Amino acid sequence: MTTLETRLRRDRGRKLLMPYLTGGVTPDWTDHLRAIADAGADAIEVGIPFSDPTLDGVTIQEASDAALARGASTDGVLADLSRNRIEVPVVVSTYANLALRRGADRFCRALAEAGVQGLIVPDLPLEEAGATSAAARAANVDLALLASPATPPLRLREIAERSRGFVYAVSLMGTTGERRQLAASAAALARRLRGVTDRPVFLGFGISTPAQAAVAARDADGVIVGAALMRRLLDGADPASTAGFVRSLRRALDGVPARTSADAGG
Amino acid sequence: MEALALRDPSAAPVAGRFGRHGGRFVPEPLIAACEEVEAAFTEAWADAGFRSDLAWLLSRYAGRPTPLTPALRLSAELGVTVLLKREDLTHTGSHKINNVLGQALLARRMGKRRLIAETGAGMHGVATATAGALLGLPVTVFMGERDIERQAHNVFRMRLLGAQVVPVRSGSRTLKDATSEAMRHWVSATEDAYYCVGSVIGPHPYPWLVRELQAVIGQEARHQCAEQLSAGTPDQVVACVGGGSNAAGTFAGFVETPARLVGVEAAGGAGAALGEVGVLHGFQSLFLQDEQGQIREAHSVAAGLDYPGVGPEHAHLRDLGRAEYVTATDQEALAAAVRLARAEGIVPAIESAHALAWVVRAAGTTDLPTGSSVLVTLSGRGDKDIATLMAYLGDEEAR
Ligand SMILES: Cc1ncc(COP(=O)(O)O)c(C=O)c1O
Repeated sequence: MTTLETRLRRDRGRKLLMPYLTGGVTPDWTDHLRAIADAGADAIEVGIPFSDPTLDGVTIQEASDAALARGASTDGVLADLSRNRIEVPVVVSTYANLALRRGADRFCRALAEAGVQGLIVPDLPLEEAGATSAAARAANVDLALLASPATPPLRLREIAERSRGFVYAVSLMGTTGERRQLAASAAALARRLRGVTDRPVFLGFGISTPAQAAVAARDADGVIVGAALMRRLLDGADPASTAGFVRSLRRALDGVPARTSADAGG
Repeated sequence: MEALALRDPSAAPVAGRFGRHGGRFVPEPLIAACEEVEAAFTEAWADAGFRSDLAWLLSRYAGRPTPLTPALRLSAELGVTVLLKREDLTHTGSHKINNVLGQALLARRMGKRRLIAETGAGMHGVATATAGALLGLPVTVFMGERDIERQAHNVFRMRLLGAQVVPVRSGSRTLKDATSEAMRHWVSATEDAYYCVGSVIGPHPYPWLVRELQAVIGQEARHQCAEQLSAGTPDQVVACVGGGSNAAGTFAGFVETPARLVGVEAAGGAGAALGEVGVLHGFQSLFLQDEQGQIREAHSVAAGLDYPGVGPEHAHLRDLGRAEYVTATDQEALAAAVRLARAEGIVPAIESAHALAWVVRAAGTTDLPTGSSVLVTLSGRGDKDIATLMAYLGDEEAR
């Protein structure tokens, strides 16, 4: 089992929380990283900003632009992570062009050297993930794959099998960004995934409030919260306030029984 | 009128690969939609009924076949035989209509209820708005704010045709960002919307699909060259390259002949000539980028060439050495547009003028020796560029 897998277990006894933070978004971004880690996160997704984030809505686009304008880069974000090791596992997310720029092998080794344990590359679907998946395995980094509400059953099974660390369930057909309500497609996808894998299933995209996180966690093993956190950060929240938001998510998740009816059968 | 014969279908490349390029680098939510388009086009393209519907629209509605015009005065000036493939004479004024009529028919056949598109110069947006009006499908066009300013004429044409134009304010506010925004919108609308991609870019099947629909340019030109040139084929075949659709369609007719194939990019948007391997907008190809992998902004006076990458088939043709990719500057293109206007009475789109600019520069050199013949695809007409040409001529005359 990889470190990520020992840390992100379905039977951890609580619902799992993975906040997202854009690497390099502010000069003090690593202070946010530490504060969030101490506020009850089970893992943290750190985005390496890309010039053309085609799966991101306005908030994370804005965060990426801000980070790039500050000179953020793959090397810079990884150097920051390397200098600021935290207790909870770090999962890097970025776009294929950055992961493949100097070859997937070199990229995955650089992740491992910076202490990163997982990787998400949304524009590397099953068919295109082969080389990166092998490179990640060789570097002992878990490449988690995405599943979506439009993914048909057989493909869903294959994604769950080839995904490492956890499975990223994209809650809705759309981009990242805050939504008023949890998408209707979220629960069904999480349940379908939990039916075909023992790996933890994280729902992400659009989960904006503690209440939505709690609802999502009824069917998933964990939630990823990105835009809602980044919006606060872009609006000027200090590390204590972002940590406060993460704590409110933690409390909401802790109100959800870790064993749900979905577990009863399996 | 000459009969319009569509080229026989070429099979889809396996996994959408052109050598090491191409592929389907899209997030999981778009996979099913790409597969749906691939299956529908594969089936339609082999269906005689679909092909005859398209051939009918291309001839009765869009004005195909387009002429191959010998540019007599320009040829005499340059010392080479220049033949112009007149895509500027199609309905809506550029080659984009060839692609769009095919895709709009496909969308209708798939039961989609509306069309979405990205546009740079606005020609693809206008063509999509036109096809939408013709087939009764509402159209939404994503266009960079900067392009909206410099192609105001086309923005109005789209609105006149009933399309909704959505300004894109992110990044360089040009074609690259319009494409990103169209993809973002598509993710949320795959059920009812068909994404009508404007060039030989995007995830599989688009680079293949768009090339198949544009191959009519090369198919016609090949026959016309056989009639007009004693050698049967031209020595060189030249087209401008933004994403690369008019060039891919032209080259498709000549790739199996000995003709030298030359793609001309804008000096500030030369993905094929100056780019490095990367992944953007769903495909692997050559892109302008920094050493960390951030995509560089393209800069060209021709909004339709203002793209930092190039379609995967071009990257592959370059790898193979089968086609060459060169560049022309803004100034060279503007000067070539004026030159064609005055030598032949044809005002080309500034995009197309890049192809001419290279011919003008190369004529009489070892690149294009005196006495040789060259086919140039005139991808569009210059009506949309009148303001830019006015400013350019004003400056020239003031000098
Ligand atoms: C007239 C004209 N030519 C060429 C292009 C470039 O596109 P492509 O390289 O796909 O032919 C455009 C794009 O807007 C155009 O309007």
